[in-house]
Amino acid sequence: MSKDIILRRTAKELEPDSFVNLGIGLPTGVAAYVSPENGIFFHSENGLVGLGAKPAPGLEDPSLTDAGGGFASAVPGAMSIDSNLSFGLVRGGHLAVTVLGGLQVDETGRLANWIVPGKMVPGMGGAMDLVACANRVIVAMQHTAKGAPKIVPKCTLPLTADRRVDLIITDMAVIRPTDAGLVLEERAPGVTVDQIVEATAATLIIKGVVPEMDLAA
Amino acid sequence: MKHPISPEEAVAGIPDGASIMIGGFLRCGRPQRLIEALLASGKKNLTIISNDTGFAGEGIGALISSGQVARVVASHIGTNPDTQKGLIEKTMQVDLVPQGTLVEQIRAKGHGLGGVLTKTGLGTIVADEAEVLTLNGEQWLYAPPLTADFGFVYADRADMVGNLAYTLTELNFNPAIAMAADTVFAEARVIVPVGAITPDDVRTPGIVIDHLIARA
Repeated sequence: MSKDIILRRTAKELEPDSFVNLGIGLPTGVAAYVSPENGIFFHSENGLVGLGAKPAPGLEDPSLTDAGGGFASAVPGAMSIDSNLSFGLVRGGHLAVTVLGGLQVDETGRLANWIVPGKMVPGMGGAMDLVACANRVIVAMQHTAKGAPKIVPKCTLPLTADRRVDLIITDMAVIRPTDAGLVLEERAPGVTVDQIVEATAATLIIKGVVPEMDLAA
Repeated sequence: MKHPISPEEAVAGIPDGASIMIGGFLRCGRPQRLIEALLASGKKNLTIISNDTGFAGEGIGALISSGQVARVVASHIGTNPDTQKGLIEKTMQVDLVPQGTLVEQIRAKGHGLGGVLTKTGLGTIVADEAEVLTLNGEQWLYAPPLTADFGFVYADRADMVGNLAYTLTELNFNPAIAMAADTVFAEARVIVPVGAITPDDVRTPGIVIDHLIARA
């Protein structure tokens, strides 16, 4: 349920006819909330412009996978690309939005999401290119990890990029990093401002009444 | 015209301590027969340059499990706990490189360029181990060209000239590696008559391929 809120709210951020990258894991699920009619082309950094839905059983093709290595499909109008072109599209500023998961986001809007030194060392994959270079970066994640806040005063984990992310969407809130700090813009249905503040280690800027997320499709 | 050789013949000339670039993205577009021959050969102290290290005991992961690899240069090792363990316990040298930078370093070598300048990694620990240049007041991270003694690539179709055509997401690092490594072995799903791959469909020209791998 909490995951559903994140995916549904994130999907509303995507503009029709834009070029979007969804990160491995939770962000991948956003695609299911986007209507095929809106003309969004999804980027799969392993080599596809126009990633489609998971293929039906029996239609899997080992030569067509997504960035997580799972079987994928391509939409009509798709293009297969090599890794050079794939990351040229990222670094060249051709991606409207990337949606990624996060381990920590801090008061300056900096994101850490690729390593916990000495413990979990998956590597950055394409995340550093995406966060440094996409036109817009949305972090879609659970608000806390095992009860511990993930939105913190300052990231203690190594940063993914020296770039302020544009929006943080969690199961509890929508938060916008700004020059002044983290602005609490929306709260999830049934969640109070006090609960959000309690679950956030960073200082939140709260201006007036914080509206509830509009999750209508 | 090439004279296709077996994967075993291909790896026979690879010495211990060699550096090898291997194409593929997890299971997709990976030169599996060459990897298996390298595993069977027992060659050791290898440096593997690849997007990832496959899965535990599978693909490049089999070479990690067998202890044949001394150094890995990759962008993502999250699917292989053995490589992560090697990094954490320092039993292997593991250099993690942003994916877009890694494939451009390979391309730079193959295209005769002195490296690439990128924004990726600036202000992160990646920049701590790299040269940061300021040009016209703008900061760039410098990534030098990346070289390797051998390259293993996978294509959908090859012809006897060595021309390669790829399919869907099997492209990934393969075309860049075909241009970059000193000696390149190409494994293809099928080998077709010369001319069967039209000039428009050839993505890697046969002149950069040293050896074609014969069909199984």
